[in-house]
Amino acid sequence: MKRVLAPVLLIGILAFYNIEKPIFEPYSQKIPGTPVVFDMAPIEGGTFKMGSSISANADEKPVHEVTLDPFWMGTHEVTWDAFELFLDKNYELAISEEPIGEIVDGLTRPSIPYLDMTFGMGKENKPAIGMTQYGAIQYCHWLYLKTGIFYRLPTEAEWEYAARAGSDSKYFFGEDASVLEEYAWTKENSDGMTHLVGQKKPNPWGLYDIYGNVLEWTADQYDPEFYKNSPSKNPVNPSDELYPRIVRGGSFKTPAEEVSSAKRFVNDPKWKQLDPQIPKSQWWFPEAPFIGLRLVRPLNPPSPEEINAYYTAAPIADY
Amino acid sequence: MKNTRRDFIKTSAIATGGVLAANSFIVPGAYAAPETHLKLALIGCGGRGTGAVFQAMETGHPIKLVAMADAFRDRLDGSLKPILDKYGAEKVDVPEDRKFVGFDAYKHAIAEADVVILATPPGFRPDHFTEAVKQGKQIFMEKPVATDAVGIRKVLKAAEEAKAKKLNVVVGLQRHYQDNYRKTIAKIHAGEIGDIVGGQVYWNDGGVWVRPRKPEQTEMEYQMRNWYYFNWLCGDHITEQHVHNIDVANWVKKGYPVKAEGTGGRMVRTGKEFGEIFDHHTVQFTYEDGTVIHSECRHFPGAANRVDETFQGTKGTAYLSAGNHGVLTDYTGKKLYEHDRENNINPYQQEHNELWAAIVNGEYKFADAENGARSTMTSILGRYATYSGKVITMEEAINSDINLFPDTLAWDATPKLVPNADGFYPHAIPGKTKTV
Repeated sequence: MKRVLAPVLLIGILAFYNIEKPIFEPYSQKIPGTPVVFDMAPIEGGTFKMGSSISANADEKPVHEVTLDPFWMGTHEVTWDAFELFLDKNYELAISEEPIGEIVDGLTRPSIPYLDMTFGMGKENKPAIGMTQYGAIQYCHWLYLKTGIFYRLPTEAEWEYAARAGSDSKYFFGEDASVLEEYAWTKENSDGMTHLVGQKKPNPWGLYDIYGNVLEWTADQYDPEFYKNSPSKNPVNPSDELYPRIVRGGSFKTPAEEVSSAKRFVNDPKWKQLDPQIPKSQWWFPEAPFIGLRLVRPLNPPSPEEINAYYTAAPIADY
Repeated sequence: MKNTRRDFIKTSAIATGGVLAANSFIVPGAYAAPETHLKLALIGCGGRGTGAVFQAMETGHPIKLVAMADAFRDRLDGSLKPILDKYGAEKVDVPEDRKFVGFDAYKHAIAEADVVILATPPGFRPDHFTEAVKQGKQIFMEKPVATDAVGIRKVLKAAEEAKAKKLNVVVGLQRHYQDNYRKTIAKIHAGEIGDIVGGQVYWNDGGVWVRPRKPEQTEMEYQMRNWYYFNWLCGDHITEQHVHNIDVANWVKKGYPVKAEGTGGRMVRTGKEFGEIFDHHTVQFTYEDGTVIHSECRHFPGAANRVDETFQGTKGTAYLSAGNHGVLTDYTGKKLYEHDRENNINPYQQEHNELWAAIVNGEYKFADAENGARSTMTSILGRYATYSGKVITMEEAINSDINLFPDTLAWDATPKLVPNADGFYPHAIPGKTKTV
């Protein structure tokens, strides 16, 4: 029996670690041992025009051609249902139907925030909010340890490409801000709070709330000049400064007119001013109930060494 | 030898509320050399104390950090590094002989300064505050200001002395320095929603950090490191955190409750690393006029969070939170007032802006210690009620002689609470535990 079992087990492990070429289709990711499931949509690779020539914002120029490899993107913003399992190991242990494993057990978790990071807006199917970029990446790390699949933040280019869904207009549906109400929670219709994910119509590539509800983290720093000399293939502009970094899509607080596929929002040290500690939290923005995240999974993951380097990059002290 | 004439003059000038001017340290009737900086000492070098030094520096007044004290050298070093990085040697002058480590460190650091920040775990605050007042210093101290009634009585006594000496004392109940609270509560006090007849205050969230035990630690060192879970240091989360919301109730009611009854326990946080504190408390506080304020705090991960305050008046309701909420509504649903939540001043900064402005201008403006002590006492009253399961009056509570503090402070001394053979700590059992 042992002789038969061993190869089966090996294949199982290989499949778990995703060595086999995955099928490029929509799928649902179950977080092992928990009832939590989220959906991923395939985004075909391709070339698009990034930026906006008609926008008043100089940093969206020049419009330049960018070519991207294929990836999946989360159909929804990450919700507290999943994020809180990562946030609190004891909670994860309490929910899980099986042991969480030594590696997951040993992962560095966020500091438990001193404040109510839901800001009274609730948890179930509500976007997880207020996390730093480091916290967002560590969530991906936790997911990787749980699932064996490399999840990461979108690059700024991937985000814009996915939001545009083939369009070159201000919004993926055209130019008329008054139509945005059908697709997004913005200042005009949000009543000043986050909303359950997926209540509005998705974009043509199946992405819900890609505009509004919460801003979404990207991998990039903010450089207003970057488009002038951006690489054309899979551009990304990482940073060793905490501010400013790129967040995209606008939030429930953003006026519809300011939202667009090309608009480059940035994080702000003020988001941490209510953090009474020094060094300030590497994990939380106590005054940013409008920043969340959406996952990306590249079709062709990088090497294990690169994955490890991505997840274990030391956080930058903030003070 | 150190008590030169000049030192003596400076010390007595501060002790008598002498004028401290920014660039000419004016000592009436004396010929002291000009002093260019106000000297600051940090007592308790954790994240909060370090943050408070940043806020002091950010006031822009001529301040020099001259001394630091902590029970642990690594905490002191970890605090000094970001302060020095950010503000440089010109504003940070803490040589080796002004780094004080251990249980007595505070006395030496206080002696070096004009102004002190007291930010250790709250169990030490009564002794540290008493010492700072005795030495005639201007004081910023963090909340809560004690963990039991014995400590509260010390703070109240020192608060009287601070008033007599005209020492500014600001307590880090920073909602008192936050615009939405100030403006909304002023309107409540002006009668915009009538008389306040009820209220609910909450700190419901997922809990805080744990510092795991290390094999080389004595019991005293372990408790000092993992201090949140031991009452002589922390006071339980009803005191350590929820004091903020309870204090808002007292502020709105312009008084302190006369009795409390409540329920609490350990439901989801039962491991040995969580010491003795409860994971939930729910308390009814009755005020002198019969008003009942409901207080609720819990550390339940995965459950709904809520950290805010609501009040019901005879003409309308109030909603307040640290997220800059301040809303008054009448009973037809009409909004009477809504605080603008954008671009509010950081209250942690504001409390230092106001304190340091008073100090620099030689003004005596802040006497927060008494309210700090009485609101802390209110939270302790709540804990006495949930731990005992009995109805406890404020009178009984504030006179409680149950002293949680160790008889001896030393690394090899034994705290009053010790774990059993399995490493678990005894905790309060309602119906059995005595608190007064």
